[in-house]
Amino acid sequence: MLRLEKRPSPSKAWNFATPIVAVLLTMIAGGILFAILGKNPFEAIKLIFWDPLFSEQFAAYSRPQLLVKAGPLILIAVGLSIGFRAGIWNIGAEGQYIIGALCAAAVALGFYPGEGWYIFPLMIVAGAAGGWAWAMIPAILKTRFNTNEILVSLLLVYVAEKLLAAAATGFMRNPQGAGFPGSRNIHQYAPASNQELIVGTGLHWGVVAAFVAVIFAYILLQRHILGFHVQLAGQAPRAARFAGVAPTRLVLMCMGLSGAFAGMAGMFEVSGPARLISIDFNAGYGFTAIIVAFLGRLHPVGIVLAGLLLALTYIGGELAQFMLNLPAAAIQVFQGMLLFFLLALDVLSNYRILLALPGRNPEAA
Amino acid sequence: MDFGSINPVVLIATLMVAATPILLAAIGELVVEKAGVLNLGVEGMMIVGAVSGFAASVTTGSPYLGMLAAIVAGALVALIFAVLTQILMANQVASGLALTLFGLGFSALLGQSYVGIVPPRTEKLNFGFLSDLPVVGRILFGHDILVYVSLAVVAGTWWWLNNTRGGRVLRAVGENHDSAHALGYKVKRVRILAILFGGGCAGLGGAYLSLVRVPQWTEGMTAGAGWIALALVVFASWRPWRVLLGAYLFGGIMVLQLNLQAAGFRIPVEYLAMSPYLITILVLVVMSSNRARTSLSAPGSLGRSFHAAG
Amino acid sequence: MKRRELLATSAAALGLAATAGSRALAQSPLKVGFIYIGPPGDFGWTYAHDQGRLAAQEHFGSAVETFYVDNVPEGPDAERIMTQMALSGADMIFATSFGYGPSLNAAAQRFPQIAFEHAAGYLQEAPNVSLYNARFYEGRAVIGTIAGRMTQSNVIGYIASFPIPEVVMGINAAYIHAKKVNPDVDFRVVWVYSWFDPAQEAAAAEALIEQGADIIMQHTDSTAPLSVCQQRGALAFGQASDMTQFAPDVHLTAILDNWGPYYIERIQQKLDGAWAAENVWLGIPEGEVAFAPFNERIPAEVQAEANAMIEAIRTRSYHPFTGPLNKQDGSAWLAEGEVADDGTLLGMNFYVEGLTGEIPS
Repeated sequence: MLRLEKRPSPSKAWNFATPIVAVLLTMIAGGILFAILGKNPFEAIKLIFWDPLFSEQFAAYSRPQLLVKAGPLILIAVGLSIGFRAGIWNIGAEGQYIIGALCAAAVALGFYPGEGWYIFPLMIVAGAAGGWAWAMIPAILKTRFNTNEILVSLLLVYVAEKLLAAAATGFMRNPQGAGFPGSRNIHQYAPASNQELIVGTGLHWGVVAAFVAVIFAYILLQRHILGFHVQLAGQAPRAARFAGVAPTRLVLMCMGLSGAFAGMAGMFEVSGPARLISIDFNAGYGFTAIIVAFLGRLHPVGIVLAGLLLALTYIGGELAQFMLNLPAAAIQVFQGMLLFFLLALDVLSNYRILLALPGRNPEAA
Repeated sequence: MDFGSINPVVLIATLMVAATPILLAAIGELVVEKAGVLNLGVEGMMIVGAVSGFAASVTTGSPYLGMLAAIVAGALVALIFAVLTQILMANQVASGLALTLFGLGFSALLGQSYVGIVPPRTEKLNFGFLSDLPVVGRILFGHDILVYVSLAVVAGTWWWLNNTRGGRVLRAVGENHDSAHALGYKVKRVRILAILFGGGCAGLGGAYLSLVRVPQWTEGMTAGAGWIALALVVFASWRPWRVLLGAYLFGGIMVLQLNLQAAGFRIPVEYLAMSPYLITILVLVVMSSNRARTSLSAPGSLGRSFHAAG
Repeated sequence: MKRRELLATSAAALGLAATAGSRALAQSPLKVGFIYIGPPGDFGWTYAHDQGRLAAQEHFGSAVETFYVDNVPEGPDAERIMTQMALSGADMIFATSFGYGPSLNAAAQRFPQIAFEHAAGYLQEAPNVSLYNARFYEGRAVIGTIAGRMTQSNVIGYIASFPIPEVVMGINAAYIHAKKVNPDVDFRVVWVYSWFDPAQEAAAAEALIEQGADIIMQHTDSTAPLSVCQQRGALAFGQASDMTQFAPDVHLTAILDNWGPYYIERIQQKLDGAWAAENVWLGIPEGEVAFAPFNERIPAEVQAEANAMIEAIRTRSYHPFTGPLNKQDGSAWLAEGEVADDGTLLGMNFYVEGLTGEIPS
């Protein structure tokens, strides 16, 4: 029988090796899947993993697009990871993302068609505040009534989605939009527009914010006392209490931070790539970011890599779809397999696998 | 435009049917959560059940074999989750989300050749003259088999959790896996079995949609039912009969608002749709704030991985 | 200013690269991409567009290469997919949902040599963006007539998706013509706030039947309402494609979205170098709106009446929105003989006189 033994600290070697092994395994399993669907597996894998990065035809466009697609994922995931490290489970980032976007859009539409340099910064503040406030609901319920924050934050996603639909079809509907659902095009309203920073790349302020957040989180976790508290609360809650960590403050801090980051991500999307509030504005970024956070092992640098890897499968997956006439579902399955392998192989960094021979009781040692 | 035009008997009979898919999925998830595991992949398991049940019943011509296949298929995809979280110690939240993503894609691939087909019909059970009784005939004796199965599963789960040794072990594992382990219970085995049960129930709930409720197969046809089931478990404070109540309330609100609209009432649909979730949060707060009744709150080990220190 | 110029230059650079790519292969087929909101197997909206694509592919054979991406959400992903299609050498892109508007116009500005065609949209911010839609209300007028003639209970149920002009227009068209042949008719509208939610649509159909409706119309995409009608014995109409197989006894007919002829025509123009941006709204006369075979349950004289109306619309001797018509509040809308202009129809946000209830807002 095989037996797992927890490593005292995660294995460095496996930390680097597992993502590579997982991608290789996904290529094999995915290749079989594509072959079953009657497509050339080598071509499909090349389109997904190679062409967005290196093909002459696509790379110039898709390389920066990787950052654009990964930006919100990284921004949200970094915020979530700090809470996750402390054992505080905000899984409602999707809702905070929506509310952040709605608040930012409200500011933009409120000023429309006015001018002013302050509109865009104000929208960032509104987006962050919106996400923060939405995350404060589960945080306060947790600290005041000990209500499970996983469940409340999840439930608030549904509420936010309904609010979004009401906004898109009702109170935020574009009065010049021929009655269609959807707000005014915020991207085209210059003072509120999240503009391209380097022409032709699509890179916008949200990408910058994502990297600022990564650096911020890195410093926080490495250098700041709060980072120490976070680690301690996650690994040894009782010791944390003795060390003077106030659990209430920690919950409020972690939930608030992750909510504000998610709200800002929503703000940058609605004023940038998404351009406006629509019924389907939330494309599942808040949930995907949870996966990104774990794939990145809750480490800021890991999250950047995980976000980019996932973005690659999206962008490459789209190429594979129309170049090979693959259904979207095939790419979904492929991504699902990649996640399964990544999650499964993580065991190798945290545990040692031992062969427990019969007759030799390892517990006795 | 009057309330009188809404027949309460019909309303109840309809809401029972409307609630059955989420009821089945929720009662399965309840057992999973009672064992201390949070599986967010309900939507994925439901839709795999929906397509498998559909395919099997079209192939064999029997809706009942389809339902059986849906249970097996739901349990099989749940097995992926079980292996990841119980044996390989992966995070439950991330694994559950990945399962939903996988399930939605996988079901669409499986179902490609079943689009536009009508499945064999699932007949209502024949209770003879009982079905013709006023009021109770329609409510109690006017349904297909799965409505009764769902009720039986709720009753069975309630009885099993409270009156059997197995039920007590499962609850102990969910409350505190370290103590349960110390008492010699097989934490992982219990959890894996619970996850498989949850998958089977979700699969059957999905099949109810594709075989009875709709009945057809289309990509994404569960349209979020799995997420509603997750909310229901919380609303029910992890109690089987309250899951039933919650599912019927939820189904009831949906059916009632549609009926009110059909009767000519103007109601703010987009805001009404939020109400079940807000009510659930309220219930959750009331429960958790009342410390004397901690037995009503979430299982102690919910969402946490267990590894026996060797 | 500067920024705009820069943008144009870079766009031209990107665009040129794409053109060079596609033209490098001499005699290479015209590449035509499609962006779908749902899966081609939905048997509704996307299915109809995919049938149109397949018809075009068959018509042109090896001269044209069509490809698609399905399940594309309306938002940033759509713009990226269109750009990638453009970079892969696409000469023409059809985007088949109204929410792609902002993305499509942005992509179109970047790739001025590619023909962009947008279904059911309203934004034209670049000279290479063409809009196309179908006059589904013409079909609704015909099924409204059939329903008005065939209802026994005089209550007709209508499952509506979102309160947008397209849907409101359909309700009005159906109501006006049902009322014309049956003054006692009453419409019950249920809004489900979704284009596709089988369980909810089934529940809506049941609620309407309980409220006495014996005929159900739908402006949502799933076949669930038809299955309910088949079980409950209510009459029904299919949506977007022939849905007879889901309700053989009660499916009276269906309004078919027949996009094939339009796709063939536009692709031909692109092949000939004669493509130009337009804003077209085609219907029964052009064959874009058609009907599934009538169920034999429709009495012969009703079939004749329906066929006569189809013929009148085809020859443009009759417009379904012809006065005198009043708005719901009793105010005058169209005078005797006056015909609604397209602008009013495309922005329609009011019920006509006689309809009860309100449009949610």
